[in-house]
Amino acid sequence: MAESEELGIAAGEAQAGVRAVAGTSRGPVLGPPMVEYLLRLGDDRLILGHRLSEWCGHGPILEEDIALSNMALDLIGQAASLLRLAGEAEGTGRDEDALAYWRDGVQFRNALLMELPNGDFGFTIVRQFLVSAHSVFLWEALLAAPHAGLAGVAAKAIKEAKYHLRHTSEWVVRLGDGTPESHGRVQRALDDCWRYTGELFAQDEIDTAVAALSFTVDMAAIRSRWDQVVDDVLQRATLTRPADAAMRRGGRVGRHTEHLGHLLSVMQIVARSHPGATW
Amino acid sequence: MATLRGSRLCSLTHMTTTIRQLPADDPAQVAAFEARIAAGESIEPKDWMPVRYRSQLTRMMSQHAHSEIVGMLPEGNWITRAPSLRRKQSLIAKVQDEAGHGLYIYCGTETLGVDRFDLYNQLLDGTAKYSSIFNYPTLSWADMGVIGWLVDGAAIVNQTILAKTSYGPYARAMVRICKEENFHKRQGYEICMTLAKGTPAQREMLQDAVNRFWWPSLMMFGPSDTHSPNTAELLKWRVKRKTNDELRQRFINLTVPQAQELGITLPDPDLRYNAETKNWDFGPIDWSEFQEVIAGNGPCNRERLEARRAAHDEGRWVREAAAAHAAKRSQATAAA
Ligand SMILES: [Fe+2]
Ligand SMILES: [Fe+2]
Ligand SMILES: [Fe+2]
Repeated sequence: MAESEELGIAAGEAQAGVRAVAGTSRGPVLGPPMVEYLLRLGDDRLILGHRLSEWCGHGPILEEDIALSNMALDLIGQAASLLRLAGEAEGTGRDEDALAYWRDGVQFRNALLMELPNGDFGFTIVRQFLVSAHSVFLWEALLAAPHAGLAGVAAKAIKEAKYHLRHTSEWVVRLGDGTPESHGRVQRALDDCWRYTGELFAQDEIDTAVAALSFTVDMAAIRSRWDQVVDDVLQRATLTRPADAAMRRGGRVGRHTEHLGHLLSVMQIVARSHPGATW
Repeated sequence: MATLRGSRLCSLTHMTTTIRQLPADDPAQVAAFEARIAAGESIEPKDWMPVRYRSQLTRMMSQHAHSEIVGMLPEGNWITRAPSLRRKQSLIAKVQDEAGHGLYIYCGTETLGVDRFDLYNQLLDGTAKYSSIFNYPTLSWADMGVIGWLVDGAAIVNQTILAKTSYGPYARAMVRICKEENFHKRQGYEICMTLAKGTPAQREMLQDAVNRFWWPSLMMFGPSDTHSPNTAELLKWRVKRKTNDELRQRFINLTVPQAQELGITLPDPDLRYNAETKNWDFGPIDWSEFQEVIAGNGPCNRERLEARRAAHDEGRWVREAAAAHAAKRSQATAAA
């Protein structure tokens, strides 16, 4: 019996030419490179900032509650600017709120690392450390971007990222070289995060297209500086750098973990319950 | 706990003071103290003060600090659901300000010879009090507007007067904090105004939030003067400068026109302007509800304390790690 019959589909309808079933691409459908590029930058910061904001009122000490909120504020502020630029590049009238609140999960472009649940304080800190180290060098490269808006964001964001890197480095050292319990927890967090770090440095046709617009982001150079910072801090923290095994990726093209949908269902609930409302 | 001491924002010597064990006050010193108060002088940490003055201030300041910290929870509840990026940022900033206020006032209490961490433990074990308002749940986005408008608004009425309190460190803390509370109130009122001008569903959301928060906001000023055992002594020493009822009335008079501006109704059929006294007269407050909430039976008392305890318990390993690391570092420095 033919498969189409098993499925209850009339044999004639499944024939080629009756209805086109062969798509034009094997991969997900992406938008114009500049829009995609800005969405990736913006979504990384929106989703990570949202995760950090979940800590507000629940930090291990009051001072850290304030510090985590500070970082959340910086990241969400950067995200708002970047999504505004993405909306402008898109040119269909979507602003930062339309992009943050009215896209579905598959339309988000953040790296998977950003959307993972917070875990304990150690996980949140390790993730923030790994991302901040990446951000510092990325913003440094983007300072010279031939895009006034983006270069402007870079100039502000680099200062913030440097502070985040300093703050989280201190905590990684404290927790790594603290008690046996804290060492174990933070080493586990590092091991858990590691397989998501490859995506931060991955480049695809979007990066190639943007590079053609003379965005000179040398990812290999960023990677080697990131390696140096990470190795230095891990060494001071008496932590072991995990091996670069299979890396998880997909967020850049909308192939997310199951966690993102739950995050968005919370983040978007009020806005989506009231279409057309202003807040 | 040692961890926290290493990272505190104020550094003060640690004195353990059990107030009841202190000797009785010398009447001559009390007289000199009261003369200073009467002359409008401010009392500073190193000055002599009656045992009761110290304990009343410790009570008031620690309750205030606890309120700031517990107060982070009802608003923190809506950070992840804030409906625009701008609102999300301002709500995070507001909750963060409250954490800062808590920290600042805890530091202020240490000038009275108590330890911030002892006070914090009293909050966690349920023996310390905090403002009853934070035991009410936040049920819609409109609560973020109404809390800013009414709750921060009530706090400002209280704290503007406390900025003139006789104890210097508390007065100065209030001056600084009041600036931020004013900003919170404006921000909250602006959320309310946006909802008031919004869709029918947004207006309904606003009205519902006002209905829920109006009476609890009035209770924030504490029991009526006739039932406030501390008032006379606090007024005499100029710790307080106005009675609970005076402050409540002042708040109502300020707030009614703002409610009119929003086009919402306040849930009190007895509310009417009294041309003679120039006050807005209001209906009876349900003090039994207040007493229930104070006694721990409000809608969220358990949840609020549980949240603080959970954060504290889950943070233990972090504090221990920081202490252990600091100890290793100082050993290394000593050895070098
Ligand atoms: Fe407050
Ligand atoms: Fe406050
Ligand atoms: Fe406030």
